[in-house]
Amino acid sequence: MLTAAFALAFFYAPTDADQGIIQKIFYVHVPMAIVALCGFVAGGVFAVMHLRTRDRKWDMRSYVAIHLSIVLAVGVLLTGSIWARASWGHWWVWDEPMLVVFLIVFLLYATYQPLRFSIEDPEKQATYASVFAITAGAFVPLCFSAVRMAQGLTHPQAGTMTTSGPASVSQTFLVALLGMTLLFITLWKYEMASKNASSKLRSLRRRLAGDDDFAPASGRSAAPQL
Amino acid sequence: MTVLALSGGDRYVAGAYVVFLLLVLSYLAIMAVKLSRIEREVVELAEIVEARDQTGDAPPPPPPPPAKRAKEPVA
Repeated sequence: MLTAAFALAFFYAPTDADQGIIQKIFYVHVPMAIVALCGFVAGGVFAVMHLRTRDRKWDMRSYVAIHLSIVLAVGVLLTGSIWARASWGHWWVWDEPMLVVFLIVFLLYATYQPLRFSIEDPEKQATYASVFAITAGAFVPLCFSAVRMAQGLTHPQAGTMTTSGPASVSQTFLVALLGMTLLFITLWKYEMASKNASSKLRSLRRRLAGDDDFAPASGRSAAPQL
Repeated sequence: MTVLALSGGDRYVAGAYVVFLLLVLSYLAIMAVKLSRIEREVVELAEIVEARDQTGDAPPPPPPPPAKRAKEPVA
């Protein structure tokens, strides 16, 4: 799907009259930003489920969603910087609300793993991480509202790609967004499967060693202990 | 050998897409390493169970999992 989207971006969508070829960066940058931010919010929703049910699987889901979103956020910052350099002549502009807010969100979530790692007790780790994920997840929509409310508006709005311009632009953008969403879901399931397999293995190892009772895994880890 | 000549704008566009590709590939490579570690452990445990079935004795305790002090999950 993503390959199709990128093919559409280069061979179907017209070249932007203002920005020229560099506008094509948006077909990867904007969907990645939207999916990353939605992933952070999803992490918060999973964390709510964890606090409600006390089921560690929800903590694991939240952890994986946030982990993946951080990876995508790195991509957003890098591709955004490349576009800024091409368009504005600077790698970074501090007076653009959208850029700064996204950086703040990224730095906020960059503390998520160290927070988990600093708490040894798995129960407390899961609880505190969930509270963090909910609080930070609620903060994320500020990103979207910052774009809407920004007065400078030198940073293009995502909405303009779907509402203005030729239909081929919005179609390509929607295919790219769908592709990025599917990529996120696939990688999320992939990592979840890996984490579950690893957890089952550890449990099997304990049983083979004759220890049927739950015992915390050796060594501290930032990842949830199922 | 044909060399792709890119103008200024083209270079930036190619750079952005390459960054995305590298990011996804790096992630997949890290996950592949983790999966291969899980596979090794599965084989190891299967051998222990097999040895136990053959001898009928209590199995030797499995070796501890590889030490992971890193932030990245054991989960």
